[in-house]
Amino acid sequence: MLTVLFDGIAYGMVLFILACGLAVTLGLMNLVNLAHGAFAMAGGYAALVLVNAWGVPFLAALPLVFLATAALGAVMERTLYAQVYARSHLDQVLFSVGLIFMAMAVVDYAAGPSQQFVRIPDALRGRIEVAGVGMGIYRLLVIGICGAVALALHLALARTRFGSQLRAAVDDARVARGLGIDVGLIFTVTFAVGSGLAGLGGALGADILGLDPGFPLRFMIYFLIVVTVGGTASIPGAFLASLLLGIADVAGKYYLPSMGAFIIYGVMLAVLVWRPQGLFGRAGAR
Amino acid sequence: MTAAPEETARRQLAGLARWRPAEIAFWVLVLAAYFLFPQRAALIAEVAVIALFALSLDLVLGYAGILTLGHAAFFGWGAYAAGIAAARGWEDPVLGLLLGGGTAGVLGLLGAPLVLRGGDLTRLMVTLGLATVLHELANRFTGLTGGADGLQGMNVGPLLGKFEFDLEGHVGAAYALAVLFLAFLLLRRIALSPFGWSLRAIRANPLRAAALGIPVRRRLVAAYTIGAALAGVAGALLAQVTQFVSLDVLSFQRSADGLLVLLIGGVGWLYGGLVGAVVFKLMQDLLSSLTPQYWQFWIGALLVALVLLGRDRPRAWIAGLRRPAERAAP
Repeated sequence: MLTVLFDGIAYGMVLFILACGLAVTLGLMNLVNLAHGAFAMAGGYAALVLVNAWGVPFLAALPLVFLATAALGAVMERTLYAQVYARSHLDQVLFSVGLIFMAMAVVDYAAGPSQQFVRIPDALRGRIEVAGVGMGIYRLLVIGICGAVALALHLALARTRFGSQLRAAVDDARVARGLGIDVGLIFTVTFAVGSGLAGLGGALGADILGLDPGFPLRFMIYFLIVVTVGGTASIPGAFLASLLLGIADVAGKYYLPSMGAFIIYGVMLAVLVWRPQGLFGRAGAR
Repeated sequence: MTAAPEETARRQLAGLARWRPAEIAFWVLVLAAYFLFPQRAALIAEVAVIALFALSLDLVLGYAGILTLGHAAFFGWGAYAAGIAAARGWEDPVLGLLLGGGTAGVLGLLGAPLVLRGGDLTRLMVTLGLATVLHELANRFTGLTGGADGLQGMNVGPLLGKFEFDLEGHVGAAYALAVLFLAFLLLRRIALSPFGWSLRAIRANPLRAAALGIPVRRRLVAAYTIGAALAGVAGALLAQVTQFVSLDVLSFQRSADGLLVLLIGGVGWLYGGLVGAVVFKLMQDLLSSLTPQYWQFWIGALLVALVLLGRDRPRAWIAGLRRPAERAAP
């Protein structure tokens, strides 16, 4: 029972890392980027190349993956996404679905359609027993890293100068520009960090979620649920929504294997009926 | 002497609803294609199905402005409803069509309150979720749907009790085109009615539309239901013409294809779905013969390129061919 809870928390933590970038770009910058999962997939495959092919130690590969996907995100933002900020949601949806298809075909071409596994060091493979609860060391590590990232992210948005500049740029880009804030740069950095985190999540979660060319589509619904259930524009909201989703999904698949796949949709519907703006949402949907 | 405002409005709407020569020419071309390419009957039927699906999506997305990622839910529901009916001895194709469309419409009516509950983002999630759940259900209940192997043993009776479906697909193509045309007439009527104009008003500004006294919610529910029913008809049509239903009728790819068709042809314009379907199918055939495995890449590249270039451009080219006065076509 507690083991299921523990696995659920680890799963939810990975979901949070994957989706938090989207919570910011979608929630704060109002950019419907359905291709967010493609960055996560890029991170997973970057980890695959670094660890399996080049022999970089797993833990050392994680920051590299973050940097690589963040750089990819920055380039994509400057060249492509910057063009669609001001467009309608429909345009953004079509645009990012197109990116998903391209990313899936590229990965299929480069790495093949089968599922891939990132080699995790043996030291992280074992399980330890704490007060009668079996916990995988790898999952413990995942929870540690993701928890730290979540805290750092929340503080960065709520407490730092950059965070307030971002919020100002989002609330009114023109006035923010008038105050000397470089809105374009802020958006680029935010997008890059969000993509980098997605990449990190893809690398960390490859072992838990699986990694194949279908990844962006398979998890698109999870990301959307995290962002909508968590309510846009709040890191703690997205965090709790991820945990709820992770625990519900793992527990559902464990206790009700035949209906497990439907549990998360049940949770989604319940939250939606109960609180249409999300658990922690502000009134007035975008 | 000036006419009463209602009279003027009615006359204006009637003027917009007149059939234009270009429209008649379009349908003559469609009919000609059927007779000129008898060996391509299967392709024509497929294009008709895609066009019908795109039309139903256009009503929801283009006219009512409801963002959806899961319109395939209704398409697949209609396909399975008609397919299972045919496999269980309910052989009449028209009945199957009505069954597919009717039940999909009910599903749309039931789903509408959930879909319309939140903003754009919630709509994306709920529509996508609905399609995913149905896909999962169809995959799970193998006894009813055949699961991943597809639905076997469909037995579609002769059309109207007279025309047996032939192997070359001539009857199928004629049937598909006839259904498409009837659905088009219905949608054209809807789009040019006060109801259709009120949908456009809602899409442009829901708040102002409500202030004008338009019952926004009820209109959106109605549009969503009709769109769902027509998508169900399209699915049922596909099932009957190909005599087979597989899980991909419910796939995300199917919903995305619909979006791409509308993107190619133009959103919020009935002929957009029709033109888009033709271009899409020809392109898909060409690309999948050039790069069988990776044609998805080019589909994605096209989506990105069309959005970046401005998705109204193809439509503007077509509109440029006509006289400016005729630009208010449906």
